Amino acid sequence: MNRFLTSSLGKKVVMALTGLFLISFLLVHCGINALIFYNDGGVNFNAGAEFMGTNPIIRTVEIILFIGLVLHIYQALILTLGNNKARPVKYAVNAAAENSKWYSRSMGLLGTLILMFLIIHLKHFWVTSRFTDQITGGHTTLFDEMKVIFSEAWVVALYDLAMISLAYHLLHGFYSAFQTLGLNNKKYTPVIKLVGAAFSIIIPFVFAMMPLAMHMGWVK
Amino acid sequence: MSEKKLNLTLKVWRQKNAKEAGNFITYKVTDISTDMSFLEMFDVLNEQLINKGEEPIAFDHDCREGICGMCSMYINGRAHGPAQGTTTCQLHMRKFKDGDTITVEPWRASSFPVIKDLVVDRSAFDHIISAGGFVSVNTGNAQDANNLPVPKNDADNAFAAAACIGCGACVAACKNSSAMLFVSAKVSQLALLPQGQIERETRVLNMVKTMDDEGFGSCTNTGACEAECPKEISVENIARLNREYLMANLK
Repeated sequence: MNRFLTSSLGKKVVMALTGLFLISFLLVHCGINALIFYNDGGVNFNAGAEFMGTNPIIRTVEIILFIGLVLHIYQALILTLGNNKARPVKYAVNAAAENSKWYSRSMGLLGTLILMFLIIHLKHFWVTSRFTDQITGGHTTLFDEMKVIFSEAWVVALYDLAMISLAYHLLHGFYSAFQTLGLNNKKYTPVIKLVGAAFSIIIPFVFAMMPLAMHMGWVK
Repeated sequence: MSEKKLNLTLKVWRQKNAKEAGNFITYKVTDISTDMSFLEMFDVLNEQLINKGEEPIAFDHDCREGICGMCSMYINGRAHGPAQGTTTCQLHMRKFKDGDTITVEPWRASSFPVIKDLVVDRSAFDHIISAGGFVSVNTGNAQDANNLPVPKNDADNAFAAAACIGCGACVAACKNSSAMLFVSAKVSQLALLPQGQIERETRVLNMVKTMDDEGFGSCTNTGACEAECPKEISVENIARLNREYLMANLK
């Protein structure tokens, strides 16, 4: 087991499994948040948020989610350090665009941008709903919180730029996870790539619409 | 296709030996036939250098028919140059235009140290092969042909993987200097055939361990290796290697 986890292939399997777990989280998160598009003043959305915030099973999965995220970042750092060491002298001329997509070569950069967004995002909503409200005894609903935060245009821009980073990160990550787990064959790979591309576009797009809709007053 | 003559500027990496630092030197070559191979153009340049009493440029080559895997060269940012599915020796000068400036570098990877000029030491690949790239064979008389039935699909996939000539273009083109395409081709070729079953698990475990020990990077599935491979080895082999490694570790 130890030999497996310290091998380059084992580390990649950890990246793939945590990546797929984070992808499943995105689906749930996006689904619950999309309830704001009921445009009912946040009634359905707040009920969903209340359930997610109080259900003991969900709260336990939340802890596992954080562990998954930390593992994904930690493993990426270790792998990147090793990969940089494998080429100490760079090419003077490198036509990488001829043989691979830019986003497949920029997963670390895209991931860092997503992490920076995530810190701001957690500060905006997770810290407020889990801690600040409980300390101050405030009763602001997440929906009201969203309205306040997304009234700032720069926040909307920041969120939507982060969703573009997420889209490209997923565009490579989704397929890459299956390839790393050894799931590649002539029949399934085109399907995996298609589902991956659809997921990478639809989920970040729905997410990106949320701050925009709040800011523009499409959702009240 | 009619022959034309090219005048070119070459920026070539010169390095005396493994210890000393290298640098680019610019050379001019004139009247290069478009029918020449890239290596023949280097022969012309070297002849010029020898006539001037200078040290000729060291580069690897052997068969010059695209099957031995000796030639290398990173040409204008591409392993084996701009043509697809082509080794440097099979790259023809008709792929270039008159007046072009061509930058030529050695493979860059910590596991492939430069020996001299454009020659790198690829014995890391030999170490990986000796860790598991072999099969046990019966002693005694040779077996009858077709004694071991092999499904056609497996035979085709094994054959496609066996086309790997071990040139190292996959490592050179990979942003992580990963040797996964090479190792996966060698593991696949044997894992798919009945002759390879005896060492199936130990082979993949030992070859991956040696690959890691040699300091190659890890695979991030960019697909650059497949795109630059002169034998067009598929990254499906990398998925198979991942599968073989996972299964071997589960036992």
